Formats: sequence, C-alpha cells, structure tokens
Amino acid sequence: MNLRMGEFKVHRVRFFNYVPPGIRCVAYNNQSNRLAVSRTDGTVEIYNLSANYFQEKFFPGHESRATEALCWAEGQRLFSAGLNGEILEYDLQALNIKYAMDAFGGPIWSMIASPSGSQLLVGCEDGSVKLFQITPDKIQFERNFDRQKSRILSLSWHPSGTHIAAGSIDYISVFDVKSGSAIHKMIVDRQYMGVSKRKCIVWGVAFLSDGTVISVDSAGKVQFWDSATGTLVKSHLVANADVQSIAVADQEDSFVVGTAEGTVFHFQLVSVTSNSTEKQWVRTKPFQHHTHDVRTVAHSPTALISGGTDTHLVIRPLMEKVEVKNYDAALRKITFPHRRLISCSKKRQLLLFQFAHHLELWRLGSTVATGKNGDTLPLSKNADHLLHLKTKGPENIICSSISPCGSWIAYSTASRVFLYRLNYEHDNISLQRVSKMPAFLRSALQILFSEDSAKLFVASNQGSLHIIQLLEGSFKHLHTFQPQSGTVEAMCLLAVSPDGNWLAASGTSAGVHVYNVKHLKLHCTVPAYNFPVTALAIAPNTNNLVIAHSDQQVFEYSIPDKQYTEWSRNVQKQGFHHLWLQRDTPITHISFHPKRPMHILLHDAYMFCIIDKSLPLPNDKTVLYNPLPPTNESDVFRRRTAHAFKISKIYKPLLFMDLLDERTLVAVERPLDDIIAQLPPPIKKKKFGT
Amino acid sequence: MEEEESIRVVHCGGSELNFRRAVFSADSKYIFCVSGDFVKVYSTTTEECVHILQGHTDLVTGIQLNPSNHLQLYSCSFDGTIKLWDYLDGILIKTFLVGPKLYALFTLTRAEDSVFVITNKEEPDVFQLVSVKLPKSPSQEVEAKELSSVLDYINQSPKCTAFGREGEYVAAVRDFYLSVYFFKKKTTSRYTLSSARNKKHAKNNFTCVACHPKEDCIASGHMDGKIRLWRNFDDDKKYTYTCLHWHHDMVMDLAFSVTGASLLSGGRECVLVEWRDAAEKNKEFLPRLGAAIEYISVAPAGDLFCTSHADNKIMVIHRNLDTSAVIQGLVKDRSILTGLMIDPKTKALVLNGKPGHLQFYSLQSDKQLYNLDIVQQEYINDSGLFQIELTKAAFGCFGNWLATVEQRQEKESELELQMKLWKYNKKTQGFVLNTKISMPHDDHITGLCFRNAERCEALTLVTASKDGHFKVWILTDDSDIYKKAVGWTCDFVGSYHKYQATDCCFSEDGSLLAVSFEEIVTVWDSETWELKCTFCQRAGKIRRLCFGRLTCSKYLLGATENGILCCWNLLSCALEWSAKLSIGVMEPDPHSEHIAAVSRSSGGSDLFVFKPSEPRPLHIQKSICREEVQWGVFVPRDVPESFTSEAHQWLNRSQFYFLTKSQSLLTFSAKSPEEKLTPTSKQLLAEESLPTTPFYFILGKHRQQQDKKLNETLENELVQLPLTENIPAINELLHTPAHVLPSASFLCSMFINSLLLSEETKSAEETPDDVDMEEEKESDDSDEENNLTEHVQVTGNADLGEDVIYQLSKSEEKELRKFRKVDYSWITAL
Repeated sequence: MNLRMGEFKVHRVRFFNYVPPGIRCVAYNNQSNRLAVSRTDGTVEIYNLSANYFQEKFFPGHESRATEALCWAEGQRLFSAGLNGEILEYDLQALNIKYAMDAFGGPIWSMIASPSGSQLLVGCEDGSVKLFQITPDKIQFERNFDRQKSRILSLSWHPSGTHIAAGSIDYISVFDVKSGSAIHKMIVDRQYMGVSKRKCIVWGVAFLSDGTVISVDSAGKVQFWDSATGTLVKSHLVANADVQSIAVADQEDSFVVGTAEGTVFHFQLVSVTSNSTEKQWVRTKPFQHHTHDVRTVAHSPTALISGGTDTHLVIRPLMEKVEVKNYDAALRKITFPHRRLISCSKKRQLLLFQFAHHLELWRLGSTVATGKNGDTLPLSKNADHLLHLKTKGPENIICSSISPCGSWIAYSTASRVFLYRLNYEHDNISLQRVSKMPAFLRSALQILFSEDSAKLFVASNQGSLHIIQLLEGSFKHLHTFQPQSGTVEAMCLLAVSPDGNWLAASGTSAGVHVYNVKHLKLHCTVPAYNFPVTALAIAPNTNNLVIAHSDQQVFEYSIPDKQYTEWSRNVQKQGFHHLWLQRDTPITHISFHPKRPMHILLHDAYMFCIIDKSLPLPNDKTVLYNPLPPTNESDVFRRRTAHAFKISKIYKPLLFMDLLDERTLVAVERPLDDIIAQLPPPIKKKKFGT
Repeated sequence: MEEEESIRVVHCGGSELNFRRAVFSADSKYIFCVSGDFVKVYSTTTEECVHILQGHTDLVTGIQLNPSNHLQLYSCSFDGTIKLWDYLDGILIKTFLVGPKLYALFTLTRAEDSVFVITNKEEPDVFQLVSVKLPKSPSQEVEAKELSSVLDYINQSPKCTAFGREGEYVAAVRDFYLSVYFFKKKTTSRYTLSSARNKKHAKNNFTCVACHPKEDCIASGHMDGKIRLWRNFDDDKKYTYTCLHWHHDMVMDLAFSVTGASLLSGGRECVLVEWRDAAEKNKEFLPRLGAAIEYISVAPAGDLFCTSHADNKIMVIHRNLDTSAVIQGLVKDRSILTGLMIDPKTKALVLNGKPGHLQFYSLQSDKQLYNLDIVQQEYINDSGLFQIELTKAAFGCFGNWLATVEQRQEKESELELQMKLWKYNKKTQGFVLNTKISMPHDDHITGLCFRNAERCEALTLVTASKDGHFKVWILTDDSDIYKKAVGWTCDFVGSYHKYQATDCCFSEDGSLLAVSFEEIVTVWDSETWELKCTFCQRAGKIRRLCFGRLTCSKYLLGATENGILCCWNLLSCALEWSAKLSIGVMEPDPHSEHIAAVSRSSGGSDLFVFKPSEPRPLHIQKSICREEVQWGVFVPRDVPESFTSEAHQWLNRSQFYFLTKSQSLLTFSAKSPEEKLTPTSKQLLAEESLPTTPFYFILGKHRQQQDKKLNETLENELVQLPLTENIPAINELLHTPAHVLPSASFLCSMFINSLLLSEETKSAEETPDDVDMEEEKESDDSDEENNLTEHVQVTGNADLGEDVIYQLSKSEEKELRKFRKVDYSWITAL
C-alpha cells in the first residue's frame, strides 16, 4: 500500500508475516538486574532491566533445543535445559553456547540452582532428580535422588538448602538433600470443580523458609502444604484451567502465579489483624495482560514479570515497591526483538525479511498516481514475492543482509555464514550460492554491505571484524580487525559510512569503535557510555556518527574531528524532552536524507521521527508530539511552535523504516492483531464466567 | 360536632420497607424495618407484622439494636431524635433530642454510651459521621447535644459507612475515595482509586462498604460490579486489594456473615451471591429474587440473612440460601399507568406492580395480597430495553371480569398493543385469561370501561383510542364441540369526524355511553349504539369524562386540558355550569354524589369536592401535597362514618386515596393521630411476648379466655361463633375482668341484643379490627348520636336505619368501658 505523508510517498508494508515465538521460561538475576528469556524455538534473550529493559543479547534458537528450564547460577552463569536431555551453558561474553551436556535422564522438564548457587538440580522424564556440581568451567554430575514414578515437572529448593520439593504428576515429593531420599509424598487432589480429571499435573512448586510448600497444578489450584507433616494447609481455586507457573519474591512476602487463561494472580502475605502477628496468604490482584497461557512468571524485587504463548513479555511494576511514581512504574509489554529483521536494497526497491528458518525477498509495488497529503494511492503494480530462501540445518538465522545494489544476500546461522549472488534478467531472478566461504567465517552476529556493494563487513562472535571484497561471483578476504586485547566481547552493531571509508562497530556494553577502512586501522573509540547502543549510523558527507542508546539518548560524534559535534553538545546541555526519554522502545534504525544534511531520520516501534538540527530543541514546556501546524496559522506562530523533533505516530508497531530516495519512504508494520490471529486459539472463556 | 378535627392528609401505609437495611433481633425471631415514620416489627417465621413502633414525626432513617440490651432498639429519624424502644412490648422507652436531621445510625458494642449518626453539615451534600453521647438520665426525653465529629465528607447512605472489627476503625466510601478512621490511633487514611481519572475505569465509583467481623479486611462494592477486598489498610504504602467480579451492574450492598467466612453481595441482577472464603471461584447463588437487591443484612445469630428489594419486598433467607419468608409491601418501583382501582371482590387497591404485573394491595393490612402476571413474559432487567407496559386495566361485573391493555413502542411507527380479558375463577380464586385481542386499535388506547350491568351476561366493554374510533366489545358464546366457552368480540365501531377519542364513560345505569372526541363529547345509546347528542364547548381537548351518580346521574362532567371543568345536563342537553379549574384527577364516589377533583397549582395540588348538581364546591383543601397528584380513587368504607359538617360529609361513605408523582399513597383523615393508633392489637399483645399469628388470634387467645371466663353460656357461644370477636359488644365484655363486670342479668339482654344485630347486619360481621376505634370515637360524646339520627333523617337511607338500632347498644357499652378504664392492676399485686 502506498500513502502520501507530507513531502514523502510512503510504502506501507504489512506483508512481513513475522510471528515471534512464544515465551517458555524467564529467569531473573538479582545481581545484575538482568532477565533471561527463553522462547519455544530455543532462542534465549537477555534483557537488561537497568538499561530501560533493552534486549542486549540473544542466543539463536535451534530446532531440537526446546528449552524447558532456564536458571542463573554461580552469580551470572546462565544454564538451560530442554527436552533433548541436554544441559547448556551460555557464554554471555562471546554470545555462544559454551557446552552442552547430556543428563542421561531423558527429556529434562525442570532445573533449578541451589540457594548457594554451587549446585544444579534437574528433573527428568524418567522420574530421576539429578544433582550436578558447578565447577568454574563446567558442570559435573554428582548423584541421583530417589527415583520417582513419573516425570519431575517442577523443583524448588528450600532456602536453607537442606530439602527440595519436586512436583510430579498427581503428587509432590519432598527430598532430603543430604540423603537424597524422599521423606514425604503429598498427593494432589484430581478433582476439578467436582469433576475428576484424568491427571493432575503439578506445574510448579515453591519451598518457603518456614517449610511451607506452595504448589500450582493443572486443576487450577494454588495449594499450601506443610512439608513437616506432609499435609494440605489451604487451597485456593484460582482458575478454570491450568495454573502453569509460580514465582516467589526473595522476601517471601508475595508470590505470583500464571494461568492458562492468561491471568496472572498476585498473592500477598498480610497480617490478619493489625495488632497480631498472625499472617495469611491472600490472593490480591489479578492481572490480565495476556491472551494466552502464561507459561512462566518471575518476581523481581519491584516487578512481576510474565511471559507466555502470546509472545509478550510483560513487566508489571509493584506500585507499593516503587519509590517514585515515574515512568519506570509503568507497565512494559515487550513483543518485538530490539534488533533489525529487515534490510532493504534502495536501488532495486527490495526488502529482505528475516525469519527463524528462512528469508523472504520482496519487491515493492509502485504507483503512478499522485494525491493530496494523507491520501491512499492505488497500486499500479503489486508487491512481488521474489524469493523464499530456506536455511539448511536446524539452526536459526542470526542475521541477514541484502546489498544496496540488490545483487547480494548474506545470512548467518550459529555455525555458518552464507552468501548468495542474485542475477536479474528482466522479471526472472536466479540465485547462485557463493561456495567456499573461508573457515574463519563460522558465525556472524552482524553482516553489512558497503554502500557501493563492493565490500562485506562481518562481525563474528569472537569479537573480530572481517572485511571481504566482493567480486563478480567470488570474493576476497581483505582484512580482519582483531578485538582489543583482553576483551572477547562480541560486536553486534555495525555501520559504514556512505563513502566507504569508515566503519563503526559496537558491542553490547563497551563503547563504539571506529575503523578506517582505507588504512585498515582503528581510528578512534567513542567514549564509553553507561547504556548499550541500540542503533548506529554514519551520515553522508560530514561523516558524523549518530549513536542511539537504550536510555533514549542520541549522540552525534564527528569521526574526522574525533569529538562530539556542537549540536550533540547542545543537546546534552539542554537535555531531551521528558516525553522523548519516556518512550519505552529503543531506536532500532537511523538513516539520513541525501539532500538535507541537517536531518536525521530515526524510528522505534511506535514512532518515526525526523530531527531537524537547524531548529531549536524542544524544552519540557513545549508539546513534543505536535501535529503538523495548520497551514493557515501565521508564520510567526509556526516558527515559534516548530522544534527539532518532528514525530509521526501513524505507523505502529513499526519494525523498519527507511528512505528509499529523496521522496519515498518505506515503512514495515506488523499489527499485533495479525500476530494474535496466527497464534493457537486461547482458552475459551465465557464472558460472565458461568 | 364542634370538636371534629379538620381534615388532614395522612400517609396510609404503602411506605417503603426497603428504605434502610432491615435489622434482626438477637434471637432472629423478629425482623425490624423502617416504614415511613414508623418502625415495623415482623416475625421472621410467620411474616406477620407484630408491632408498629410509632412516635417519630418524620421519616425513620436508621435502626439498630441496643448493644447493651438486645431487647431494645434504637431508631433515628429526620425529625432529629433518637428513640429507644422496647420492641417486644412496642413501648417507647426514651427519646434523645439531637437536633439536626439524622441520616443513619450506627451502634458499637465497645462504646455503650454513645451512638454514631450521619448528619448534614451546613453545605448541602456534605455529610459527616458524628458520635453522639447519650446521657444517662431517668427522664423520658433527654437532650443529647454532645456531638463529636468522626469523619467528614462522607456519603449520606448508611451503605457507605461500616464499622470494622470490634469497632477499631470505621470505613466510609464516597465517589472514588475510601476513608478509614482508626479510633485508637485517631488517624484517617484515605485511599483513592488511581484509575478514577481514567476514562476506561470511569465506573469505578464506590457504592457500598462492609467490614470483616474478625479480620482487618474491608469489602467495597463498585459501580462496575466489582467487589474489592482491602487489606493492610493501616499502612498507606503497603495496602492491597483483591477483586471479586461477578456482578455486571453496580453492587448495591455487601454484608459479611457473622463469622466472616462468607461475603454476601447483591445488585440489580436480582441474584444474591455468597462468596465463600473471599474466593472468586467459590461462590453460591440464590437467583431469581424478583427485583434488584438494595440492602442485605445478616442476623446476629448467624442463621438468617435478609435482602431488601427494589419492589418494596423483604426476603428472609436461611443460611443455606433457602428463602424462608417474604414480606411484601406496596410495589412502587415503576410509573403507575393503570391508575388506582378497587377490586370489588377483595376490596384491594389494584395498580401496576412489578413490571408487567397488576398488584392487589390490601389497604387495611398494608400488605400486598398477590400479583397478577398480565404480560406473562420474562422481564429482562436492562436499561435501554423497551419493555411491554401495562397501561390500562378495568374491572367489570362485580370483579368477575378484568380487562387489561398492554403496549410496547420502540419506534414511533411500531406500536404493539394487546388487550386481554380475564375471568375470575371461583375455584382457583384468581383471574384466568379468557380472550386475548392483539391490536384492538391502531393507536394508543385512551379509555377503557365496562358497562355496569345488573346481569353479567350482557357484558359490554368499550375502548377508546387515538385512532379516532371507539369499539364496543361484547361477551359472546364461543362454544364448540369440545367445550362450552365464552369469548369477547367486537360489536360496534364508532367514530366522530375522525377526531381522536380521548376518554369514554358509561352512565351509572349503563344506558348511555359518553365518548369524548378531542373537544367534543358524544353521547350514545348503549342499546342501539346511535348517537344521541353532542356537546361542544370549544374549551380544549377533553381529558377526563365522568357521569354523576345517584341523584346527580343526569349530569355529565368533562375536564379539559385548558383547565375548564364543564358540567352538562343530559335532560336539557345544555351546559349546566362550567368552572375554570385545571384538573389532573377527577374521581366520582361510587356511593354518593360527590366528585373529587385535584387540580394542580403553583403551591402544590388542591382538592375540590363538589356535587354536579351545584357548581359550589362542598369542600376545598388547598395544597394537599407539594407535588402533582397522579391518580386518586374512592375506597368505600366498610362501616360508614357519620361526619355531619359539610366539609366532612364526603368522607362518610368512602375514603379518598391518592397517589403522588413520587408514589406516596396518601389519604384524608379527620381523626387525630392518637386515635389512629389501633389500640386493640396493642393491648392484646402487650400481655404476652409470644409471636402472634392469625392462628394464635383465633385459637390461643380463646383457650386462655376459657379459663378466665366464669360464664358458661358465654363460653359455649364463643366456641360456636368464633367470629363474635369482631362484635364490639362481646369484645368489651370479654376483655373486662370478670370481677368488675355488672351482674349477669344486666349483661344478658345486652349480649343477646348484640348477637341479634350481628346476624342482621352484614356489615357488622365483616368489620375488621378498625371498627373498634371508630366506635370508640363515636361513643366519646353522646351528642354524636343525636347528630347521627339527624343525618339519617336527611339521607333517609334504609341501610343507616339499621345502624340506629346498632348504636343503641352502645350507650350500655359505654358504661362497660367506664368500668374498664378504672385501673385494677392493684388486684394482680395482691
């Protein structure tokens, strides 16, 4: 669809058929305030909650590695286990999998680290509970606990580390860690609202320090057990469907459960009367932020975190724990990855869409019609689906790119980098794989073509940057920038200047490095900033590097002068508008207008903005999201109200926006309703619940 | 008759029983509810009204048991007093004069010497909760002026204030606020629903509040149907709440059970919901309660609940959610379209009741007799729905037939009309649908009347409609080979120059039918249906039409919209007189020539009573009430009164009841308020504290009397004639202690006399309790009897002639009464 917007003609693309995979596990790390999220396709994402909930790292998925459990241990080591029976450890620096180890118990359903963090416990399909010792560079099997009859679906460690509770089908076992024997077996009632279900699956257990075990099960119950006597203390029926997850706060004064109906219930320990010490668990607030199963929940000191089949990661701050009621206290709903899945060939008007296991190449439609501002223009030629490129092997695509000329496509999985040459003959298109990629190009985190499509820049997960010269049908390795000595941090954002002289690269936390491609050496390093970089771009002609950070700050750094530009200093002096800083999605793409050097174009998921550096900056008193001033207003008024930020919120959720030429924009949207339509149907609930 | 009181307007029952929460006695035997200026004491088992606590001079607004003595009851009223009652004996113990209007009353076990009331502050709509210290003083009337404010800016409704566990705190809600005052800390916490400004949650307003009796937990009901359970509310930061959501419309009231194990809620869904353990999934329902639940209360013994409903009904519900008793007052929750009627059979007042129903309401016992479902369709309680409305009803043939008209109009062009004719079935003692006529007219029906025929065979019904026609319906034989039946068919359709028919009326003997067509009145012969004559006064559309009665039956009256009252003489076919009077209600008395008309003026409504034969009104009463009078009706008296003054005469044969716009049922009374009290029942009941039931009245009482009475003949008579209790002479005889009675020979003739009378006069036998009080009044001075005889001579009515003999026995009775008035209580002390 094409649309006129002001001076631009906009391709409004809605055929990017992207559905994020559902969330399976979340694990919160209190030390680093980071959140690990695993999805049903095996992808693991790390969110930095301190850095404005930015998704700073991700590990690509794998078809056979469906994670069922995720946990942090030994401080900041991240482990996952899945139905293939393997325990994985992730390397958070190099962004790859350190090792995989088979637990030899069949599919693993649950895993938990000991309160001290030195041991790892897994529950397997065959009913065994296995204890692993965490060594500095690996894990080591220690022993088995008493084998149970059926699979162990949930595990919880007593805070003192002496006992564990294990949820299985129809019962909960309590083990003594020292002896490894089951000391109690608590049978869960199969009855569900008077009807006996076939089985009652204990989806989650939590062991509190006073010996109480809380269980959640498929009959919709939240039950409190006394582990000393093995008796049921209290039962709350909270849902008509399964209660699938539970998470307890560290203070043990509140916990949260997620149900298959999409509701998250908060339970709090409140005193019965104000002057007595007697306390009781009370179900307090329900939160209905999900439409589908809430597969997992986490409880950070200040927020409830939940995720499920409907692919949203919801972070709901607890009002009573939040000190100041600012924007941090607002609900966050994260749906889309904080990285680009789309690249675009300006010359041939092509869009390359990246999916988990394939790439799609589309040619944009065109129109001959003209219209007024805001008109929808009819297409004279529809958009064309040119190519569907499937990957080989079970691994997910990490990154992909199409060259500006449209004749090269490159993508990478966790183990290989692929390069293809496209030949256009009238309407036909032929694809030719460039074979014999060099051995060092095993896996890339980011791939970028230079503006003239003659060079390919590859950021590998070893922290090195490779420059490859592309020739007709072949290639030549030009140079490799080795990482700074001592760091192994992977680079995941690249930007090249249009003249091809400068290459900027940024890692997950350290500063931005600028390389001189002509002289093949490091030119300078932009001073480090506390918040991770979300987008990078180098302006034409001036070679100013524009950097967007996750705290919504935007810097402009002059590469030739090796310093921040005057405008950037001004911006820092005056500060951004408070509404600008309160946006909750990061800027994912920056581009420039070829004819207007003063303009910077950038977008996040909910807005598209043109920063006009020639205009005054807005202060907190001016309206940030000003609509276009009406033309009948006087010029004086217009000049008075105009400020540097011109923001459009027409397109949302916006996954990609770029300038094709001076007068044409392309915007890729992915409406949430389309995603929900592709998900399995949620549990049907009658409106009045009768 | 110089002492005769002036005629006053009095409330006559039918007051709201659902104005405030009902209160149970400590043993759950009685339930108390406010009813206008009174407090009524009902038995929870028999549904019978045991006592009426009278004494307040304005609306009673709150009742509570005395926490220190559960046999006493506090009540507060708009008259600014708090009264303490002994409810078992119906005695007023004490009156505390507070001063300002009191809106609600609360008591606390902890604070025995003080109660809490809601009063108005200076500005309107600003209310405060104050504690009133009740001084200890032996006198009957005590000033209680020691007020101290507890909470400011609260809602006036008692639903919005609740006292917490052991009176440690009080919670009050208003708009979007919940305020909690802690008595120990003397601090107030206020919680605002943060989403109050948000449009999506605009219906978050608090509607009611209740406190858990054992735990620190406050339940609040909201406009959007949610119930919130607040906890940790002693901490401004850590407070938290749970939501329970089942109601789709606002939560009208909440109550915790005595142990706090369950929470009861109710609303417009007419379903009582019991939430057990405050869990959303664990709830029980008592559905189909008939009308919106306005109040819920719980018996302190814990075995009973009670719900007050919008249709003026109180339901007593057992702990296991079984309805055990229903106390139904006059239904008043909808507009009355049918007007007021008297059912000739039951003498009950008939008017619109529940949606689509006709209610039969007994004026004597202030109780609804039954509801007749006319529309016979499920009523869906939802705003914005166009319901079928019962618009007209009329009784014919001594109550053997009932005609009803119902309509539903969603759009201007779509009118659904239905006329139903109901026959009284003697076997089932109820009305049975006989004929259903859909669309009897093409437009709204404006008039509906039966012909008063001596014989029921030639029944005739006339309907007048805006479509310009009037239709005559007659009862015909509808028998076929299967059964013998009768049915109604249209016999004649009349019209007059396509004018809209506005009203119709039969003359008293049924020979003439008058139909008004806008400004013109047409008179038709009811045998041949030919137009006899027309009257046209050009005085505006005629709104109401009626014939004179008895000696004035030659007159026809018409009230127009322009405020002209015309009276035509049918013999001379000429206008007899006309008067400028903007008449809203015009009702003829069926038993006399009098016609009552109520006109609307700026100061309120004025009453005019006149005879058609003379243009001068007999009685004028200015501003009988502030608001517009909507309907009126003459209710024939069972026993005629004997007022002689001209202004009172019209009340002799019938009593005039009228209904105002705010649906209060009022009447005229010439008696002083003290006399209005029904003393008999009071005296009878003061003797024992057992619950009194009709059964007990008949049997239990007599058994006791049997022991007391020495006179064997009397005893025999009693067994044979249980009805004799109704005869005042015998009543007096029986209630007088035996040792003060005159000699048997003296009594004998009087007794025999009274028996003779009771057999002759039907009216005396049928007389209910209130006969006594009327006679009491009459026997107060002997002049009255002289006046009465004069009156008899004037009217020359045969019926009253019998009353003269009846009166003769009264002079002797008066002597009896004198005996009784002497205090013999010292004898019992011996």
